Amino acid sequence: MGKVKPGPLARRPDNSAFQQQRLPAWSPMLTANTVLPFFYFMALICMLLGVWLLLTVQSTEELKLDYTEAGTCNLCFEKRKNVSNAAQPCICTAVFNIKKAFKGDVFFYYGLINFHQNLRRYMDSRDDAQMVGRKNNLKSPSSYCMPFDKDKNGVPIAPCGAVANSIFNDSFTLSYMSSSGSVRVPLLRKGISWYTDKNIKYRNPSTENMTLPQVFEGTAPPLYWQKPVYDLDPLDKNNNGFINDDLIVWMREAAFPSFKKLYGVLHRANKPFINGLPAGNYSVEISYNFPVQYFRGRKEVVLTTLTWFGGQNHFLPIAYLVTSCLILLIAILLTVFWFKFGKNGQNMEE
Amino acid sequence: MRSLTGCVTYLTAPITTLKLALIGCSRSPVLLFYSPRPAPFYHPGPKIAAVFTQGPELLAVGGSQLFLHEPETSAAGASVTTPPVVHPACRPSCGPVFLSLIFVSGVRYGELNMGSVTSFFGGLCRKEVKKEEERLFRANDRPYNLSYQYANNAIRTSKYNVFTFLPLNLFEQFRRLANAYFMFLMVLQLIPQISSLSWFTTAVPLVLVLSITAVKDASDDINRHTSDKQVNNRMVNVLIDGELKKEKWMNVQVGDIIKLESNQFVTADLMLLSSSEPLNLVYVETAELDGETNLKVKQALTVTGDLGDSTDLLAHFNGEVRCEPPNNRLDKFKGTLSLDGQTYSLDNDKVLLRGCTLRNTEWCFGLVIFGGPDTKLMQNSGKTTFKRTSIDHLMNVLVLWIFGFLASMCAILAIGSAIWEVREGSVFTVFLPRDPGVGAGLTSFLSFWSYVIILNTVVPISLYVSVEIIRLGNSFYIDWDRKMYYPKNDTPAHARTTTLNEELGQIKYIFSDKTGTLTQNIMAFNKCSINGKAYGELFDFSGQRVEITEKTEKLDFSSNQLADPKFIFHDHSLLETVKEGNPEAQDFFRLLALCHTVMPEEKKEGELYYQAQSPDEGALVTAARNFGFVFRSRTPESITAMEMGKQVTYELLAVLDFNNVRKRMSVIVRSPEGKLTLYCKGADTIIYERLHPSCNKLKEVTTGHLNEYAGDGLRTLVLAYKDLDEDYMDKWRKRHHEASTAMDGREEMLDELYEEIEKDLQLLGATAVEDKLQDGVPQTIEQLAKADIKIWVLTGDKQETAENIGYSCNMLREEMKEIFVMAANTPEGVKEELVNARRKMCPESADEPSVISSRAGLFWLQKIERVEDEKVEGEYGLVINGHSLAFALEKDLHLELLRTACMCQTVICCRVTPLQKAQVVQLVKKYKQAITLAIGDGANDVSMIKAAHIGVGISGQEGMQAVLSSDYSFAQFRYLQRLLLVHGRWSYLRMCKFLQYFFYKNFTFTFVHFWYAFFCGFSAQTVYDEWFITLYNLVYTALPVLGMSLFDQDVNDRWSSQYPQLYTPGQLNLYFSKKMFVRCMLHSCYSSLILFFIPWAAMYDTVRDDGKDIADYQSFALLAQTCLLIVMSVQLCLDTFYWTAVNQFFVWGSLASYFAITLTMYSNGMFLIFTSSFPFIGTARNSLTQPNVWLTIFLTSLLCILPVVAYRFIVLQLRPTINDKVRHKLRKEALPAPAPRRPPHQAYQHPTLRLRLLPRSGLRRPGDVPPLPAEAAPEEPPPVLSDRLSSGSEPAAALPHHRRGSGGCSEPVGWR
Repeated sequence: MGKVKPGPLARRPDNSAFQQQRLPAWSPMLTANTVLPFFYFMALICMLLGVWLLLTVQSTEELKLDYTEAGTCNLCFEKRKNVSNAAQPCICTAVFNIKKAFKGDVFFYYGLINFHQNLRRYMDSRDDAQMVGRKNNLKSPSSYCMPFDKDKNGVPIAPCGAVANSIFNDSFTLSYMSSSGSVRVPLLRKGISWYTDKNIKYRNPSTENMTLPQVFEGTAPPLYWQKPVYDLDPLDKNNNGFINDDLIVWMREAAFPSFKKLYGVLHRANKPFINGLPAGNYSVEISYNFPVQYFRGRKEVVLTTLTWFGGQNHFLPIAYLVTSCLILLIAILLTVFWFKFGKNGQNMEE
Repeated sequence: MRSLTGCVTYLTAPITTLKLALIGCSRSPVLLFYSPRPAPFYHPGPKIAAVFTQGPELLAVGGSQLFLHEPETSAAGASVTTPPVVHPACRPSCGPVFLSLIFVSGVRYGELNMGSVTSFFGGLCRKEVKKEEERLFRANDRPYNLSYQYANNAIRTSKYNVFTFLPLNLFEQFRRLANAYFMFLMVLQLIPQISSLSWFTTAVPLVLVLSITAVKDASDDINRHTSDKQVNNRMVNVLIDGELKKEKWMNVQVGDIIKLESNQFVTADLMLLSSSEPLNLVYVETAELDGETNLKVKQALTVTGDLGDSTDLLAHFNGEVRCEPPNNRLDKFKGTLSLDGQTYSLDNDKVLLRGCTLRNTEWCFGLVIFGGPDTKLMQNSGKTTFKRTSIDHLMNVLVLWIFGFLASMCAILAIGSAIWEVREGSVFTVFLPRDPGVGAGLTSFLSFWSYVIILNTVVPISLYVSVEIIRLGNSFYIDWDRKMYYPKNDTPAHARTTTLNEELGQIKYIFSDKTGTLTQNIMAFNKCSINGKAYGELFDFSGQRVEITEKTEKLDFSSNQLADPKFIFHDHSLLETVKEGNPEAQDFFRLLALCHTVMPEEKKEGELYYQAQSPDEGALVTAARNFGFVFRSRTPESITAMEMGKQVTYELLAVLDFNNVRKRMSVIVRSPEGKLTLYCKGADTIIYERLHPSCNKLKEVTTGHLNEYAGDGLRTLVLAYKDLDEDYMDKWRKRHHEASTAMDGREEMLDELYEEIEKDLQLLGATAVEDKLQDGVPQTIEQLAKADIKIWVLTGDKQETAENIGYSCNMLREEMKEIFVMAANTPEGVKEELVNARRKMCPESADEPSVISSRAGLFWLQKIERVEDEKVEGEYGLVINGHSLAFALEKDLHLELLRTACMCQTVICCRVTPLQKAQVVQLVKKYKQAITLAIGDGANDVSMIKAAHIGVGISGQEGMQAVLSSDYSFAQFRYLQRLLLVHGRWSYLRMCKFLQYFFYKNFTFTFVHFWYAFFCGFSAQTVYDEWFITLYNLVYTALPVLGMSLFDQDVNDRWSSQYPQLYTPGQLNLYFSKKMFVRCMLHSCYSSLILFFIPWAAMYDTVRDDGKDIADYQSFALLAQTCLLIVMSVQLCLDTFYWTAVNQFFVWGSLASYFAITLTMYSNGMFLIFTSSFPFIGTARNSLTQPNVWLTIFLTSLLCILPVVAYRFIVLQLRPTINDKVRHKLRKEALPAPAPRRPPHQAYQHPTLRLRLLPRSGLRRPGDVPPLPAEAAPEEPPPVLSDRLSSGSEPAAALPHHRRGSGGCSEPVGWR
């Protein structure tokens, strides 16, 4: 094929290593010399990693408070059972105690259990183009948002879709009950979302000398919202619209039906919170809006400190320790087998 | 419908046709196949079989060009226009008729860009012309001929034009099940309620696959268009209105007279009118038609030859031709020419076929008979039957399993969905209202289909594409292999079929031809017996036979100026006898000089070259030439020879052709003195039947000589003559003329005439021609036997010849306990012999064969009957002759034959017809469920080459027919070893590894979705990013697995040949079977559990180191897919035995491309441009920087891989396979020095020596053959010889082949 070489050996194939299948190669084989040390080494590595991770995780503190029916919240829980009371505010308080001070940065999460943010139709029910500030999509949301794309009057909803519609709308006020009375625990409510989300994925439509409410004129808030999107944070004008941190955090859908989402970070500017949360009694005042009884869900508040490894997740350290033991076991087994059968190589004889 | 009321013989009535195969067996009815399509142009079409059977099973299926021969009586092409119906009443009276099958030609015209692929549509679009029954036209009368609407000379092999390309091509592609399935998936995805994946996840791969195929098809078709155009626009001289005008090929019409010049292609199928050469001869080369390169001679009728090149005469030529309709039989033509009230017979000799090239002929004129699509060339460009490998069948079954599995997975998930919707979903409707009218039931129904879409990756579209690529790659390796390249002929090996490679690694039975396959098919006149005296042996003074070696003095033929200097003969007495003027000896050589079909070429005075179609003939004519009877030239009416220096011209009255049924050839000549003689040469059995009783005594002596020759492995022919008287001859010639111009029953009538005249012959003597064994044959056979491959030799030779070859090529060995010879002449006798043989080998074997019936194939529709192998102690051989084989192949005995034969190590069938060859292959194929390979070099092997799973053609001396119908071809038998033990084994290994890995990777991928369903409310949410799903098979894992399956070698080629045992796992289907598939599934089940639950547990309650989200869906998707990809890469590394730089590059490159593509797709820019398609912005940056993500990946990889390593290690220690052992050995020892030039154990065990030590009487049945003449009896060779041989110092070239044995092969492993 191709060039025609003259001469009597015209059709002789080329003598290239590739064509003759003689490419230089390394052919490894599972031998005792490689496999056994590898297993022991891996067991060691996993053991070290496991211990290290365990120590790391042990150094974190975590507190979970299921407040669905805790304290006075059972009243609100009952109230929310009735849809007609949806608009009525309900405030309740839950009390908890921290035995050991939380040192360092303390993160405040709200958690939802059995809330399926990962249903396919739920996840699809959003319009990224709208939330990145495209004016077209603001006025005519994507059909994926149905039935939360337009309200009864046909006014487009911003932000549209089931995800935004079901935003978690409880709010929390954490107080430290010190000997000198109740001190409000300051929480930073900003900087709680991914940088890429806050700055690229979510943007308000360009204002062009208009105020935010003017931009959103002609759109309706999602059905379950009490406040319009441009008025989510009355305290900070720049935290409104699609770039509201709480909204962004909510819009990052969880992979599993039980999840927690960041609500705020302890502001450690003043005493007694400079070193974190001191031990003692705390109360959390909850504006109890989000109904969970329909889907047999639970709500909780999570307080935690972090390390480089993230929060207090014991799984990986334990998994590493268990794996290490397993590998060691296997390694010993392999060694025994090798001694009994493989070492003298009699099985390898033909 | 005309019914053909008759039995077998009726079918030979020459009715015109399409295709028909008539196959039968003794005493059993007949099967008929015919094509129901009226216009067979391009498209052979499906054959419908009219089967009349009470006896044998279907033996051959249409698609090949078969026609009927009835040996012993008459040979005829059976052709039937209408569905022939054999009247039932006739059936019993058919009697024992042997019908054999002859393949006209397996020619494919594919290589010429004419399009070997036929189009169904091509056939449909063409208008359905009423089928032609006979062709009638007049020369130089266009208006008259046009009224018949014969096709003109334009051809169209292209399938599409600009407008039809897209629809037709898409339609063709969607007829493939896989494509249609993915189309179906895509349609599903367009339904919003179901669509769980974006349309592009299926569309991108599908479009890619479709467009690659479309581009390939389009470029093929463009090539065909251009070649069509080029061919159609070639210019030729056409005689129009009394003038020669240049005209395009496509405008040539039937009935036109055209002029061809030397080296031009023949424009259409022509009737030769006249030529520049004397006696209106033309020479043509038919290489493009049938692959044969020797020149063939055609001769015009004298009456048309007289026209010469006079345009005037030619323009007024108004002959009317009546002939058969277009058909594809290259070697047959029937027609008549009517001119001025006279009728002349037209046969194949007067026809020039399109595709030939005119050679050595200045010009010739021809009359167009068939144009364009009607030419035999185009009629032959049919589709050949498509062979599929057993892995293909297995894959089909597995794909069905997978479909079932897919359906059950989806059903489970749909039930889950229903439960979830009732319990959870109904209360979650506050946040996620259902679509109007959709209840829990409908939701679960929809989720079934959604999951069908998501889980479709278990049947990946890329599987089929990749399989094809791998096979193509492995075929190229065969083409490229220098060790299978034969420098002497400049012939590389060639994989003509690129889809059967892995089957080469599973061969269990090899069926081999002998002549030209095991032997070189280079013939040398070696011995002869003239009038009862044997010549060719040398004796010393004490009367002992002397071995002929290189140094033995050769005969000096220098006195004969025309002698061929390459001819070697040692026996002086023969030359002396001839010179003395012994009349018998002179007649003997005169016969050899006259009775043949050789063409002489004498470019310079005295420099003679012979163009022989069969090497035997060439050898015999050359012998006559050297002994003073020089054949110099021939015309259709005469033969000129130099007899002992005198020029003598014989008038040639008739040539009674050779064919496979007649097995003889005769000429009738008139000497210058006016003596009429018939000279005949042929197979001994055939001639002996026709001898005059007066030569009985001579016959006995000659038989002794013949047996001796056959015992030495020589090919023998018997020569006889007969003097004729003038009156009888006159009458006979008249009848002959009548018969040869007859349109109906021409062949039978001729056969009858020949039969009549070829009797009462006078025996002259016998010739013995030596055919040397090819290099390396014994070693190859030994190696293949070590690989547990059984070799059966099927040869047309005599039993003794075949046996001897069996010994010399190591098939029959003296260690064998016994060699059974089946030579009974009755069914009962054969049965008895078979049963006795079986009892001897295995006394406790059951009387009844244990046939295991089972079902297999798609939907278990196929019924399979299987005969189990029976264990036998020791090695046995079986030799069976043609008569016995015919009985043994019958319905009631064939299982008996199979059982007995399969117990033997070696089986040799002699005197086998082509049909029997195919039958034997079919028998083994059917009842052993083993992969078979047939290897041969001649036209008589075509049937078995087509019947076997894999056909191998030896491109040797006997033309190209075997090669053209084969799947693999090479020049020497010994390359078979490399083809099977190296290429076949590797291909099989690679394919199996590929399939295992491929199924593993896709199942794992898919199962993760399954587990996730339990966490996402069975809502058909995917675990991975849609883009990852799209690109996983296409980009991220495509190249590494291809790299593995194109480069992997467990051990290199040298070790592969060193340890033929490595081949056996393939025969037992060990590397990929249903069991392996299930194991694969369990493995991927385990992996997917790890790959889902470890990331889940690690992530669900975790946050980033800055407290932000990482348990979100997008981060989890990224983590899961990264884990999966890394585990898959590591697993691939673990499976790869042979790490080349390319493999490394592919693995690392794919991983790198994964990260690069992922980072790109999750970048700001992509999101801002295609907002809805790339919502994963920033995920990679935010989660791949987290240590816990990498710790999770590490842990999953460990947990997935280490158990595999541990398991493999334990298996390696406890029960190492033969592969492991060899690999282990290979690690321990450095590679040995290049395989010894002659393995010592082979050099010392010289086949000849063994043969001679063997008690030969053990081979024969008592009373079979008279004892050999004393001086020829087997004896110990002189010790000198054996010393020389074993020391290997003496070049062995001068030894007769069977004595050389292994000595001839200096390079056992291959060339260089």
